[in-house]
Amino acid sequence: MTANPLVPAATGLRLTRRAALLGLGGAVALGRASLALAAAPTDRRFVVILLRGALDGMSAVVPYGDRDLATWRTGLLTGQPGRPGGPLDLGGFYGLHPALGGMHALYAAGELAPVHAIAGAWRVRSHFEAQDFLEMGDGEQRIDSGWLNRVAGTMPRRGQGDNAIAIGATVPLILRGQAHAGSWLPENFRPPAVSLYEQIAALNRHDPVTGPAFADGLRERGFIATMQGGSQRGPGRFAFAALARVAGRMLAAADGPRLAAMELGGWDTHVAQVARLRYPLTELDQGLAALKEGLGAAWAHTTVLAVTEFGRTVRANGTGGTDHGTATVAFLAGGAVAGGTVRADWPGLARHRLFENRDLAPTAELRALAKGVLAHHLGLDQAALLRVFPGSGGVAPMAGLIRTDT
Amino acid sequence: MTLEPITASIRFGYGPRPGEPAPADAAAWLRGQLDRNDPLANGPGPTAVQGLEALHADQLDRKRKLKPDRVRRLFLAENRTTGNHMVDTPMPFRERLVWFWFNHFTVSLKRPFVAAVLGDYVRTAIRPHVTGRFEDMLLAVMRHPAMLLYLDNAQSFGPDSVAGERRHRGLNENLARECLELHTLTPAAGYTQADVTDFAKILTGWSIAYPALLARGAPAFRFYPAAHEPGAPVLLGRRFPPGEAGGIAALRFLANHPATYRALATRLATHFVADAPPASCVGRLEAVLATTRGDLRAAALALIDEPGAAIPLTKLRTPVDYVVATTRALALPPPRRFPVLPAMAALGEPLFAAPLPNGWPDTAADWAAGEAMMRRVDWAYDLAARAARHDPVAVADAVLGPLLSPATRAAVHRAGSRREGLALLFASPEFMRR
Repeated sequence: MTANPLVPAATGLRLTRRAALLGLGGAVALGRASLALAAAPTDRRFVVILLRGALDGMSAVVPYGDRDLATWRTGLLTGQPGRPGGPLDLGGFYGLHPALGGMHALYAAGELAPVHAIAGAWRVRSHFEAQDFLEMGDGEQRIDSGWLNRVAGTMPRRGQGDNAIAIGATVPLILRGQAHAGSWLPENFRPPAVSLYEQIAALNRHDPVTGPAFADGLRERGFIATMQGGSQRGPGRFAFAALARVAGRMLAAADGPRLAAMELGGWDTHVAQVARLRYPLTELDQGLAALKEGLGAAWAHTTVLAVTEFGRTVRANGTGGTDHGTATVAFLAGGAVAGGTVRADWPGLARHRLFENRDLAPTAELRALAKGVLAHHLGLDQAALLRVFPGSGGVAPMAGLIRTDT
Repeated sequence: MTLEPITASIRFGYGPRPGEPAPADAAAWLRGQLDRNDPLANGPGPTAVQGLEALHADQLDRKRKLKPDRVRRLFLAENRTTGNHMVDTPMPFRERLVWFWFNHFTVSLKRPFVAAVLGDYVRTAIRPHVTGRFEDMLLAVMRHPAMLLYLDNAQSFGPDSVAGERRHRGLNENLARECLELHTLTPAAGYTQADVTDFAKILTGWSIAYPALLARGAPAFRFYPAAHEPGAPVLLGRRFPPGEAGGIAALRFLANHPATYRALATRLATHFVADAPPASCVGRLEAVLATTRGDLRAAALALIDEPGAAIPLTKLRTPVDYVVATTRALALPPPRRFPVLPAMAALGEPLFAAPLPNGWPDTAADWAAGEAMMRRVDWAYDLAARAARHDPVAVADAVLGPLLSPATRAAVHRAGSRREGLALLFASPEFMRR
């Protein structure tokens, strides 16, 4: 593929309406270059799914070919590979959890690439610190914006719509920052007349906090109403798959967003992991299928990255679960992905190979994975990658993640 | 700047209720609430023992393929009482402190069995200690079945203990980790994985009484010596005695650690004063906690005197605050209200179902998103239909007083209907804040 035409560096500093209202500056410096580019927006879509709570990577993608696996994890294994209830084979060493049947089909179609033994640059085992780092895109210092927001900042602004949207009532840290990002969640209330909303927006117009929020809310509602043929009501259930389907439709629209963040919890399996993990894995599996369905033909130009803050202990704990660990698995899915293979430099599970004698040792870094996608899927150059992940000069983007024939 | 009555009511409570006279001396009104007893502290309601018995009975029903609903009924009845009490309490500052500390020590229905003991948790572990010592609240929380179940300690066994060896069970470090990270020290204290593991060992055996014991009248908390890890674990370089006494000593030590005081001061200031409170404010609260050895009444008194607390409307109301403030503002009798707890859930902050043990966030950045704000307005508009005989301008004057902006007053006055007038009031930038 050819590199996506990029916005000059100045556009990254473009002041949004929000920033202007906060008194951060006067002029909105939307460069001529980006205005010209706005007419030719990217057709590439990029979705990040945050798996909050620490997914046990070795249950999602089981390294059944490692002879030490059974030593540590007898009580955590669901069965023999290829047998009913056992992992779904991924080519002789790894197998997908049996709840991931839909993702197994994506793998067979070359549209899924698990990336194993991967971790962030941080070595903390606190959910909250690690999720902050995961979303800020750093492992050492706190940054007051999210890395996906900084990706949005590298893209040309396209007319009325936002480049990026959070699927949820609030905007998660990964999408917070200078670039404008919308949020959307279906609502179950009977809404008042449009004119009242207009009065409310006017009443809040000059407020630095509530003003932009109401403006966003109105625009997102208006946008989704046209998406759904004029209906003000979203899907009745807030289930992940239902949200993913609508997210897919929004991303597929010609004037829709190109970046989206979604969240899925339920991974913190300290107790009875075998029974508990099935539910969120099923949600993830159905969610990816629904996203693909919603995207339709645009799936071919889509990359989905599913990441979690850290992995879990190699050994089972005392309660049939696992505690907070280090390396885990991440997933790339989508028609643009060079899938059908598990990417890993497998560290092994022999005792001396474990990280701090308890965790899967990391052999790959999440920033390398994200940079590989951003470089080859969205066409970000070296300078843009360093704006998205400051200080990551020593972390080379992973190669070969994205198909080159589309 | 002195603390005006309207600011005291909004900052430290849930806002005024029309028809209720404003206190003449705001600070004295707040202090008075700290000196009176909370009628719900250790008050009536299903006990933890009754809750656990209902849980066991439900489990038996499930085995017999019957539909279990004891815990559900018990919980729903409590929910109604809780929501209405938040709206109607004559001591709103004390109530805000209750829910601040509950959020600090979050337990959540994300682990469904918590429902059985949640009411007792708030009544016996949180409410009695809101004006007491932090170490007593910490101990009460850590020994309550709600926390022991929510963060798995009830099932943690010393791997080398008699019961652990016999049953091939081992440690679960969940409660130990979150206690260090969220409840006391925070990671700023620089503890290690070894500290977490050893603290988990110290807490082994802290669990709940099994059904036969409960039937014989045993209390809900039970220390099982046979599940307690033998040896002499080290936490932050200190050794603690073996047995139940070790856990008690460790918690008293953690409760009074300087890093804990610092963390509590930061949380209190962020909740009550500003999203980014001045360092001087945090420092004063920290000093109060240190000189009084964690006296939470002293900390609450210090908050009242904070200069930053007198500056009105610095914080965005969270959905929980917003629902209570709106319901109070309309002064509807309970049957005409929308159920308070379901409303909080619909607006994105189900009080008892925080996604993770760090509870609900507290700053404008966490809540001021488009869809979240739209939902507030939609809900308030629906609720205002139940108050269509109220004069919206009078309500606006009563609940915001001098803080009501001319623009909002004009918009409310000009509105197309009383209902729309109330909706505009509840969607105004000043009503969104506290």
